[in-house]
Amino acid sequence: MPVYRFIVRFRRADDPRSVGLLADAHALGFTALTRLECQDLVFIEGQLSPEECQQLALSLLIDPLTQVAEWRAWPAPPADPPPGALVVEVALRPGVTDPVADEIVRAAGELGFAGLRRASTGLRFVLEGLQAEAAERLADGLLANGVIQRWTVGEIPPSFPQQSASSGEVAQIPLRQADAEGLLAVSRARRAALDLAEMQAIQAYFRRQGREPTDVEFETIAQTWSEHCVHKTFKALIEVEDLAGGQAFTVNGLFQTYIRAATEKIAAPWVLSAFVDNAGIIDLDGENEISFKVETHNHPSAIEPFGGANTGVGGVIRDVLGVSHKPVANTDVLCFGMQTASCDDLPAGVLHPRRILSGVVAGVQDYGNKMGIPTVNGAILFDPGYAANPLVFCGTVGIAPRRLHPRQPRRGDRVVVLGGGTGRDGLRGATFSSMTMDAQTGEVAGASVQIGNPIVEKGLVDVILPARDRRLYTAITDCGAGGLSSAVGEMAAGLGCEVELAHVRLKYPGLAPWEIWLSEAQERMVLAVPPQNLPALRELCAVHNVDLMDLGEFTGSGRLVVRYRGRVVLDLDNQFLHHGLPQRRLRAVVGRHPPLSSRPSAAGETVSASRLTDSLLALLAHPNIASKAEVIRIYDHEVQGGTAVKPLTGVQMDAPSDACVLRPLGARGQAGIALANGINPEYGKRDAYRMAMAVVDEAVRNLVAVGADPGRIALLDNFCWGDPLRPETLGALVEAARGCHDAALLFGAPFISGKDSLNNEYLGADGQRHAIPPTLLISSIGVMADVRRAVTMDLKEAGNLLYLAGEFAPTFGGSHFDLIASEGGRLPVAGEPVPAVSAVTPRVYAALHRTIAAGLVRAAHDLSEGGLAVAAAEMCIGGRLGLDLDLPPGDPLRLLFGETTGCLLVEVAPQQAEAFEAAFHGLPLGKLGRVAETPALTVSAGGRPLFRLPVSDLVAAWNTPLR
Amino acid sequence: MMTKPKALILLAHGTNRDQDAAEALTLAGAAPETVPLNLLREGRRRFDEYQMLVLPGGFSYADALGAGKLLAIDLRAYFSDQIQAFVASGRPVIGICNGFQALVKAGLLPGGTLTFNAGGRFECRWVTLRPVSAACIWTRGLEDLIACPVAHGEGNFQASEPLLSALRSGDQIALTYVLPDGSPAEGAYPANPNGSLLDIAGLCNPAGNVLGLMPHPENHIHPWQHPLWTRRAGGRSGLPLFENGVRYAAQL
Repeated sequence: MPVYRFIVRFRRADDPRSVGLLADAHALGFTALTRLECQDLVFIEGQLSPEECQQLALSLLIDPLTQVAEWRAWPAPPADPPPGALVVEVALRPGVTDPVADEIVRAAGELGFAGLRRASTGLRFVLEGLQAEAAERLADGLLANGVIQRWTVGEIPPSFPQQSASSGEVAQIPLRQADAEGLLAVSRARRAALDLAEMQAIQAYFRRQGREPTDVEFETIAQTWSEHCVHKTFKALIEVEDLAGGQAFTVNGLFQTYIRAATEKIAAPWVLSAFVDNAGIIDLDGENEISFKVETHNHPSAIEPFGGANTGVGGVIRDVLGVSHKPVANTDVLCFGMQTASCDDLPAGVLHPRRILSGVVAGVQDYGNKMGIPTVNGAILFDPGYAANPLVFCGTVGIAPRRLHPRQPRRGDRVVVLGGGTGRDGLRGATFSSMTMDAQTGEVAGASVQIGNPIVEKGLVDVILPARDRRLYTAITDCGAGGLSSAVGEMAAGLGCEVELAHVRLKYPGLAPWEIWLSEAQERMVLAVPPQNLPALRELCAVHNVDLMDLGEFTGSGRLVVRYRGRVVLDLDNQFLHHGLPQRRLRAVVGRHPPLSSRPSAAGETVSASRLTDSLLALLAHPNIASKAEVIRIYDHEVQGGTAVKPLTGVQMDAPSDACVLRPLGARGQAGIALANGINPEYGKRDAYRMAMAVVDEAVRNLVAVGADPGRIALLDNFCWGDPLRPETLGALVEAARGCHDAALLFGAPFISGKDSLNNEYLGADGQRHAIPPTLLISSIGVMADVRRAVTMDLKEAGNLLYLAGEFAPTFGGSHFDLIASEGGRLPVAGEPVPAVSAVTPRVYAALHRTIAAGLVRAAHDLSEGGLAVAAAEMCIGGRLGLDLDLPPGDPLRLLFGETTGCLLVEVAPQQAEAFEAAFHGLPLGKLGRVAETPALTVSAGGRPLFRLPVSDLVAAWNTPLR
Repeated sequence: MMTKPKALILLAHGTNRDQDAAEALTLAGAAPETVPLNLLREGRRRFDEYQMLVLPGGFSYADALGAGKLLAIDLRAYFSDQIQAFVASGRPVIGICNGFQALVKAGLLPGGTLTFNAGGRFECRWVTLRPVSAACIWTRGLEDLIACPVAHGEGNFQASEPLLSALRSGDQIALTYVLPDGSPAEGAYPANPNGSLLDIAGLCNPAGNVLGLMPHPENHIHPWQHPLWTRRAGGRSGLPLFENGVRYAAQL
């Protein structure tokens, strides 16, 4: 069958894609590169006449006004590259999802190109000014990713999936006679990440069965028992030793003892589902319920940033579909290495943080935008500790009428899979994400990276919501880590089921049964469907171009039975599969905080005005604090028309909102959803307990700042930690979990969902372990009775008063001032503990909420990284108005830049001042100053002028690019 | 009172602003129905059952091979006659964002193309629009500026000089990007967010009943959607455009 090779290029050489790549190349140090032109490659297999090729190009492959195409039969003697230029070509590896190629085949059929069989796409780069060796480094470093792509200097052959014969191979895995070393060898060889006790439990089971496990059975157990799926560490029995002299103690499950315990003690009636479903669920307005889930996709994003983040978003959206909710918002919190890092400082096998950032951000954008889900809240943090191990937290919020989500599969229901075909993508993702990465991970675990197709998932939404309303299914869950093995296994955990793998639609032949069963191919949901409803569901799927596969039935046998072409390849007792995992016993040490730096204090130093202004501008320009607009604006935060408080706010729409407020279309009345988060790795490095308290406080405070009811706030916890087998690392985890518990009780804010991602470490080719800072993300979801009462952080009107509400106790421990001070090489401040949370704080938030609900507040903004000065500056930026502030007595550096918990700046009109102050009777509240017409931040102490900065300077610093 | 015009909201594979459009049309007095493309293909719904046609925003077929391109091929392959007849009958048609891209690439709006934003990236931000065409039944008689978001990566309208002058003389330039005070953007970013020639945000056909536009007036139909509502600014300025179309359909 002939193959034709089409090259599509833009008429103008300065097309934005090429311009962007040229800039990236220069930023990576390829300054000799004088020209880069990016072109598209399309390979077509089929019987086409020259006229048909011409027609195909014009009607399908190009935009005739802006592009031209050339083509010829392939293979053919390679054409000479343009004089003085080199050509690098890139193609997807065979089997990697290629949605564009699929669309070409579909559309060509519509257009009547009957002879066209298959298509495959690629990229072609024309480079000028580089030697061959440099071109190869550029290809490796920027133009291609070996995990999913092949590249070559010169012409590349097309990537049509190999037509290998369909494989029914099932291997036996001899375990019964194996000794300890033998068992561990099996675990390693199959990348199962199981320890000896777990392997021995499996061995004992099959000894009882009197047979060896099949590879399907072993892989299924490995996935089901992976850290990712069962959270062994959070269920482990932990012996805790306190080096600070405290009593040693035992924790029987971090999750039970701290997280779930907090939720049970609070026992909020409006929590409808916590920890049992794919996502936590709370009541919105009595008629509707809302769900929230946050997942991490760290390891995949480290080796293939676009695909990793892309499928991270797709996965968490399916979690919300898994509770039969309509997705109404996405959140994303991202942690990267320093963008300025030099390639030489990076561990071997690690992508440059710049490339990880641009890939991850593009992946989030692609999935959220194409699904039509607004991305409305998030954060981006930078720390050298994330260079080898970026963190990608993806969240989704859903809504549904109350009590529509069915949870009970019935005996005789069909086991139905909806969505895309199954390939080798994402094999062993669950175990992969439970392992420390090394320099080879990229190659070995290449198969662990999935490629997303958001339009297929949009089809799932279009089918599942009406199917729910028509009660067509009795249970639903998503295909995530572990693929069908986890999804079907969990849904059948009670009844048991029998499925036939030959009924799974494959993207290409040749998959072994265990690969079909374990594949993490994206965009698939598993439903339990009563047989009589199957025709109606099929019809719904046909209307929305969604595939339906009927794999088998729920039997009531209590056993999980999997066949391939009739032959049993897996037969496991659910009791063993879901309850046979031995509890881990781990050791932790606490009380060993890193020594506080003994650096001399800045106290007593006479502080010059320039020291203050330089510090403020440096803080505003710090990548953790500076504007994220360049990222926020490539996310659609308006689709679905519900975004009442947007991520960027103020007169120029460029100031940072504390939280976002949504009024989902469809929900009657004016009730709204508020979303925010809290995260602080700087605190985490120093004191995990106080860090956890502080980030819960921040997540709550951000919601209160926009007007959410502090009595109706639910929390999600996402722990990203290093290797829990290291006692210090586990000790910090214990401390953080304890902090979560205490903070949740203090604020009466229950946890409704959570996830942990451990082993975020990287074993560099240099033999060094690179662990991330202990990182806890608290995502918060709140309810407000009337979105029209929401408040934004931008200053509203000259003459209004500015108050400081809350227990103000600024400290420098873990502060960003400490960061810039040491970076600046200036006299740094003394080491101090990180801020604690005051017991009065919940009452402060309650008072603030009452005044907001009463319409007494014009603007509110919380004090976080950078302290009071940064918060005040951001409010000035928001309103393009000035502030005249007079500080209370004390060290100006500490008052302006020290960090505290529990505090907000509040703008109040003079005529409301009395009522506002009355609401805070007996609570910490201070008047700081007034909003000024002249756009300048003017600060004095006890009447003595300290400094004055024009708002334009604040804006300029704040808008420093993240690069 | 007269019966509400039935509006067909076309749901293609990857359409995602259909409910936003439905909300706007409902508020504007129409009776919208979201219809999956396959139901029209199978003849279970017909275009002529409706008085209005809406092609909403989204990423039909993931925008593979160019935004709106594959949806345009669908429209030509399956519905060419039905849509021609619908347009010829003078009934109002509106294509928003991805729908605009599809109308242009299907030849239902004058040539030219919507290519990648001059800035090289998808962008979501609020813009200000001036309704300028008296020939377009959607913008005719609208005095006030429209504030609403854009959210696209391929909204940069490019066309030949002859076509541009034809659009001008035919009063087919329906909406232009302007500064918040109403003065012309003159191509300057961000008021003109994508580099479109003549600050063109929306176009109509010579008859004036088919409008295509990149921005999303359907996302400014409630006061609290405006980015400055907490500063007591704004107020559903996206709605009159839809009310215009519905009123016109109602008196057909």
